[in-house]
Amino acid sequence: MECTSEIDGGTRRLVTATQGGLPLCVRPYAALAEQLGVSQDEVLARLSDMIGDGRIRRIAAVPNHYALGFRANGMSVWDVADEDASSCGREVGELPFVSHCYLRPRHLPHWPYNLFAMVHGHCREEVEAQVERISGILGGRQRAHDVLYSKRILKKTGMRLNGGT
Amino acid sequence: MDEFDRRIINTLQGGLPLCEQPFASLARELGTDEQQIVARISKLLDDNVLTRFGPLYDAERLGGALTLCALSAPPEEFEEIAGKVNAHPETAHNYEREHALNMWFVLATESRGRIDEVVTEIESETGCRVFQFPKQEEFFVGLKLDA
Repeated sequence: MECTSEIDGGTRRLVTATQGGLPLCVRPYAALAEQLGVSQDEVLARLSDMIGDGRIRRIAAVPNHYALGFRANGMSVWDVADEDASSCGREVGELPFVSHCYLRPRHLPHWPYNLFAMVHGHCREEVEAQVERISGILGGRQRAHDVLYSKRILKKTGMRLNGGT
Repeated sequence: MDEFDRRIINTLQGGLPLCEQPFASLARELGTDEQQIVARISKLLDDNVLTRFGPLYDAERLGGALTLCALSAPPEEFEEIAGKVNAHPETAHNYEREHALNMWFVLATESRGRIDEVVTEIESETGCRVFQFPKQEEFFVGLKLDA
């Protein structure tokens, strides 16, 4: 496998043991240590290193948007000129209702959009209003846009190494 | 969802401390014990109010690759195609969206080359062309949803 050297054995075992979630107990890191046959200090040190360099974004709970009432999830997509794309992305990414904002490639002719901004709201009207705000901010720099609403979550497990499900 | 649920959801979105008893300070704040917190997290996961609880890995920083993909599934074959895409362990997320490109999924793999392999497998299994939308630049990732 190409990049095995990128992830050392101890890190790989830790990732595999936790990619489905942290053990649900009062001392989760001790439980992990026991499972992996290492000390709790080593588990804490590895996790700390990985948080430090961004391999772990954070150890946290991920809410289900729908269960929290954010029933409208719109992927807004924008065609902005390449030379403006970075500054547009920065401005849109800072908005409080935008969770993810990226530049991605176009697939012409049917997909001319290169700026993607995920917008979450309690209802579609709220998302539409938020998209209007983005449109206002982009002004004449946008050439076209669309909003793709999610109808259903078909799968949401997160990354799984080693073919685990 | 009660106030206890809300406090747990809102606090734990921000992160869990790296110490032997990471729920201790939250338990103190909420006037309860750690076991109650753990039990409630477990229930929230069972009820799918929380989808995950644990380390959120960045596949790319781990040396792997992450790409958003989309395809256009004919309506009468949608469920079957969704099943085939979901069957790949590399499929981390998959959403149905309202557009001609109606299936949007994220592939997370251990190497860039593996993304192209999985895409080729999905194309041959489903008969659909898969469009890749790898991120070229990223602006702020993170949303805190107030419960």
